Amino acid sequence: MTVQELPGAGASHRFTPPAWSPRTDAAPLLPDPEPYRVLGTPAADGLDPELMRRCYAELVRGRRYNAQATALTKQGRLAVYPSTVGQEACEIAAAMVLEERDWLFPSYRDTLAAVARGLDPVQALTLLRGDWHTGYDPREHRIAPLSTPLATQLPHAVGLAHAARLRGDDVVALAMVGDGGTSEGDFHEAMNFAAVWQAPVVFLVQNNGFAISVPLAKQTAAPTLAHKAVGYGMPGRLVDGNDIAAMHEVLSEAVRRARAGGGPTMIEAVTYRMEAHTNADDATRYRSDAEVEAWKAHDPVALLERELTARGLLDAEGIQVAKDAADAMAAALRDGMNADPVLDPMDLFAHVYEEQTDRLREQAEMLRAELEAGNE
Amino acid sequence: MTTTTAAKPVAKPATMAQALGRAMRDAMAEDPTVHVMGEDVGTLGGVFRITDGLAKEFGDDRCTDTPLAEAGILGAAVGMAMYGLRPVVEMQFDAFAYPAFEQLISHVAKMRNRTRGAMPLPITIRVPYGGGIGGVEHHCDSSEAYYVATPGLTVVTPATVEDAYGLLRASIASDDPVIFLEPKRLYWSKADWSPESPAAVPGIGKALVRRAGTSATLITYGPSLPVCLEAAEAAREEGWDLEVVDLRSLVPFDEETVVASVRRTGRAVVVHEAGGFGGPGAEIAARVTERCFHHLEAPVLRVTGFDIPYPPPMLEKHHLPGVDRILDTVARLQWEN
Ligand SMILES: Cc1ncc(C[n+]2csc(CCOP(=O)(O)OP(=O)(O)O)c2C)c(N)n1
Repeated sequence: MTVQELPGAGASHRFTPPAWSPRTDAAPLLPDPEPYRVLGTPAADGLDPELMRRCYAELVRGRRYNAQATALTKQGRLAVYPSTVGQEACEIAAAMVLEERDWLFPSYRDTLAAVARGLDPVQALTLLRGDWHTGYDPREHRIAPLSTPLATQLPHAVGLAHAARLRGDDVVALAMVGDGGTSEGDFHEAMNFAAVWQAPVVFLVQNNGFAISVPLAKQTAAPTLAHKAVGYGMPGRLVDGNDIAAMHEVLSEAVRRARAGGGPTMIEAVTYRMEAHTNADDATRYRSDAEVEAWKAHDPVALLERELTARGLLDAEGIQVAKDAADAMAAALRDGMNADPVLDPMDLFAHVYEEQTDRLREQAEMLRAELEAGNE
Repeated sequence: MTTTTAAKPVAKPATMAQALGRAMRDAMAEDPTVHVMGEDVGTLGGVFRITDGLAKEFGDDRCTDTPLAEAGILGAAVGMAMYGLRPVVEMQFDAFAYPAFEQLISHVAKMRNRTRGAMPLPITIRVPYGGGIGGVEHHCDSSEAYYVATPGLTVVTPATVEDAYGLLRASIASDDPVIFLEPKRLYWSKADWSPESPAAVPGIGKALVRRAGTSATLITYGPSLPVCLEAAEAAREEGWDLEVVDLRSLVPFDEETVVASVRRTGRAVVVHEAGGFGGPGAEIAARVTERCFHHLEAPVLRVTGFDIPYPPPMLEKHHLPGVDRILDTVARLQWEN
């Protein structure tokens, strides 16, 4: 077949496109020029004191959790820990805005979000301790396995939310990813699917300044990451990730919108990773102490504490109560991690297929014989 | 007989990591078309510090921190190679190369073939691989079976400091795409080695007998070489004198060295960390059987990782082929009493 013979070619090839109607809602899709803030602004007058006190308790607990987990790496109890010190407001707000039936899709850094959602800290840290890849039943907690390959969990979140919608459930999926992860193909594909399907998903990008050593400027040339949302046809919100009141408000709004059938939202939380990428990283190679120092003045825990104290919503006693609860959590975590996990090497073969193959049975027998010989 | 008058540079202990870095440095210094790129390879020097100092010496354009996107990195390298550069790409860990597989299989491996030889792609893809370092999920895969099953790719893996340098130089110089598998648990292994006059090593496609023996041949590569050498020492107590062949290059496969060894010893065991079913050992065992059938005293056996997803760190010791498992297998080689 030549081009002339192609249907629609030749004289009648002049194609008249159907009337094109531009989206009328393009402008509202655009993110704010500055990260949205509540704490320290007049908007803080409208804060719900009860909610903010809960946020405060969670923040203090989250900070303590980070400190305890880092201490556990020094004692050799945890193989590795990617800290979220400085990012606690994002982690906690993400967990707080979800209903029980909703799903959280965390990245490897987001164990705190899982803990804030109610997961036992020891279970959240199993992957990083090294005894099993996922230390909990994802269905029971509605927390997907912590994803180590970056951005790969995002299409999963879209699929799950879409399926829930097809089944008539008003379930929302909230997926977390770092600034670096937004460069991955999976990020783009997930955003596009979500928008085309109008899936009830919230994408939370924690822009903590670096992907290991690579700063945001080498990751993207977009004015903000939130701008990326516009191209897919979903709103992009730019938020101060250290302001838990702003995070809670923007995330709740996105979850509400998703649940009501309004489609996905992408939120860029501007925050900062105060500690190294993991305990194995040397952050002095790629950033200055001065930069880290500057961010200390914008600490998420201190920000809320200042606001609440100034408004008379928090006193020394309230601070002490939060601290005691955090200490109790840390003590339980320490005890849980100090107990040596009891591992059964036969588990290696238990979960590869529903029914064990002959080959795996043979290999299991080989290992069993080795273990028995070793125990003699 | 000739005597050299030039003072011999002193060999100092160097790690495999240092030798790899030096190979890239020397290649970049000699050839301005060599470019190193990947995640964190610049300022940080890579998460294993293999590219340490390259960005400082050659600038960001020659040693580039890319956006975090493996398909993008490898896809961009394809275009760069099409335009005459020699990209050396770092994939941060074995399992993080998978997003790039479409680029690898559909384009990198096939470009020469699709263009009837008009457009070779001289790309070196460095992949830290294998376990034994206590890494969490997705940091320990032995992914060599995927690569060796893809026609068009050269697949090499060094096990010594000398080879790390020599094979990487040869890979960068190759006009074909090379998957350069770096056994990450050997990164800190040391040898007396001189970067000023590195010993010449046999090039890509040549296997080496690392230990001569008469009773049986252990055929291995990369991270399992030191384990096999240790097993061969231990085997002396049992009265076995084991030969150890280091493949160095999986594709092309040096059939002659392997066959010659097995014909001498009459028995063979293939050892690798990757799962056994469909693993490189299956291919090697088949070839040895085809070529050595009448010399074999026993079937070719394999000691491999189990056919399971890579286990969590606390269980990996059970999965990885160790000295005892190798000796147990050697014991099954139909010895007469
Ligand atoms: C597909 C993939 N490539 C590379 C890596 C290795 N890696 C782990 S974390 C990381 C940086 C991630 O940065 P970002 O997405 O900004 O998240 P953050 O660590 O800051 O939370 C990299 C490159 C990975 N986990 N997955």
